[in-house]
Amino acid sequence: MTLTVTDLTVARAGMPVLEGVSFVVAPGQALVLRGPNGIGKTTLLRTLAGLQAPVAGRVDGAGEAVAYAGHADGIKATLTVAENLTFWARIFGTQGIGTALAAYALEPLADRISGELSAGQKRRLGLARMLVTGRLVWVMDEPTVSLDAGAVEMFASAIRAHLGQGGSAVIATHVALGLEGAALDVSPFRAVLPAPGSDAFDEAFL
Amino acid sequence: MIALFLRDLKLAIRAGGGFGLGLAFFLIVTVLVPFSIGPQTDLLTRIAPGVLWLGALLACLLSLDRLLALDWEDGTLDLLATAPIPLEAVVTVKALSHWVVTGLPLVLAAPVLGVMLNLPLEGFVPLVLSLLLGTPALSVIGTFGAALTVGLKRGGLLLSLLVLPLYVPTLIFGAEAARRGAQGLEAGTPLLLVAGITAFAAGLLPLASAAVLRVNLR
Amino acid sequence: MSLWKYSNPSKFLTTSERILPWVWTLAAICLIGGLVWGFFFTPDDYRMGSTVKIFYLHVPAALMAINAWLMMLIASLIWLIRRHHVSALAARAAAPVGAAMTVIALVTGAIWGQPMWGTWWVWDPRLTSFLILFLFYLGYIALWSAIEDPDTAADLTSITCLVGSVFALLSRYAVNFWNQGLHQGASMSLDKEQNVANVFWFPAVTCIAGFVLLFVALVLYRTGTEIRARRMRALLARERAVA
Repeated sequence: MTLTVTDLTVARAGMPVLEGVSFVVAPGQALVLRGPNGIGKTTLLRTLAGLQAPVAGRVDGAGEAVAYAGHADGIKATLTVAENLTFWARIFGTQGIGTALAAYALEPLADRISGELSAGQKRRLGLARMLVTGRLVWVMDEPTVSLDAGAVEMFASAIRAHLGQGGSAVIATHVALGLEGAALDVSPFRAVLPAPGSDAFDEAFL
Repeated sequence: MIALFLRDLKLAIRAGGGFGLGLAFFLIVTVLVPFSIGPQTDLLTRIAPGVLWLGALLACLLSLDRLLALDWEDGTLDLLATAPIPLEAVVTVKALSHWVVTGLPLVLAAPVLGVMLNLPLEGFVPLVLSLLLGTPALSVIGTFGAALTVGLKRGGLLLSLLVLPLYVPTLIFGAEAARRGAQGLEAGTPLLLVAGITAFAAGLLPLASAAVLRVNLR
Repeated sequence: MSLWKYSNPSKFLTTSERILPWVWTLAAICLIGGLVWGFFFTPDDYRMGSTVKIFYLHVPAALMAINAWLMMLIASLIWLIRRHHVSALAARAAAPVGAAMTVIALVTGAIWGQPMWGTWWVWDPRLTSFLILFLFYLGYIALWSAIEDPDTAADLTSITCLVGSVFALLSRYAVNFWNQGLHQGASMSLDKEQNVANVFWFPAVTCIAGFVLLFVALVLYRTGTEIRARRMRALLARERAVA
């Protein structure tokens, strides 16, 4: 599934933040998004995931193919690691959490209550969730936050394996993952806001 | 969907308070009524159906603000919105698990509290039936309110303000059925009406709940 | 084209500013004229005496209480379908006016009810329905003011207005079922045979026209205020974004 983004404008709280964004991510490719904080990377990723509608432009090849990982991991503190993963596997209609546990070295923690995990371990669990979705296009927002060097390496190899199986990924990160893939700095796409008093400003109120 | 339902039940059991809290609240409210109006048995007998309905309604309301807020805070709703299950189904399942955790125990406990309020013998079956038919509507309507206020930091009071007026028809028909039953009158019509409201709410409100949830997620 | 061009905020502001003085004036003429006519130049009712005259406030306010909600419902639908900001803001602007009309209807009703029924308040279906309507207004207004992002607020309140309308209607039938009341049936209607004599009818219609005009004027005025507030917000947000 090729993800094609054409002339996309995205808005946060009614204000356009990025406009004219276009890129293509073919199967087997990863795209790393870069840009300063607050530029609109999260907004762009949420739009790709279908959580919000674009103001203008098109996103093709996403929809039901996308698995999204945001800042929060969607982990229930009172469930065990295995229960959390099994839940998401069943929601996405896939079988088996073994590979996901193995990819992030979570087997020893499988029966631990998630609330007792450290921040980094929780993050690993959140990333392992991507593996049980069975989705091809991974859309990930700052996935390496609170990971140590070893865990970042686990993540990089999980991404490489995913790409090797024909998957693709769009990742917003400031960390070098050692992936051969394009990087896209979104700063040039910062939206130009319509001037006050113009019809566009009037119509949109921003 | 079944996975979501089972997970919610599991969470309710693990978190401890789920089943117990609503019930305890129901008990307290019912016990406070004789304290506030006096212990005259005949008066209690007359108001018992209404008190029990009101208590059940308030107990339902109590747990609504946690219904979606927890899943919102930890990001689960974002992930569910990108999952292959439509959000309409998600909110329906949420309402169903809320009913099983909160509404159903209230229905089962109501006869016991009915005894304490001197509910006449012929009133028990209509009371339980009306609650059984009516409390699902309370959960479904409450889910709409919860979806509406999920993004607000202090949404609890607003949630009550929005949901309580929506509870009016259910309360009127439900309590009317219970009251008619207690007076030995025929309660079929209000029972049918309360069932109608439940069917109507369960059929249509999930669409609205999912729509407002989508708005809140963007 | 046509009517939709007023969905442009600037166009709306200039047009509403031009017609507002006229609407205010007409509203004042109709209200003062109708009320003076009704209070001083109509005979007392043979059963109700002079208390009947509160009718000239009570009935128009009650009508507008419902019509304001209907207007909000239509404006909400327009927002949801066509995404015109003015429409959403007009719905927001109408809500407090509608709530005030509901309060006027309830209070004048209570003042009228005291000599007629011997009580300020009865749990009559009509009275109860209006009370419930007032609660719906309160919830709607509270929801608007609780949400930060204006577009989100517009979406959520619009859907609430839709759902609320359905449940308000359900409540209306529910309270009818619950209690048959003291309140007389609708005493004025266009299709049924008139049970109000012409001498009462003409000042009443003038008062109703006055209330409608007053409502229109208030909503236009308040919508203008909402538009300006919204614009100010946008300008501030823009400044922050550019800085």
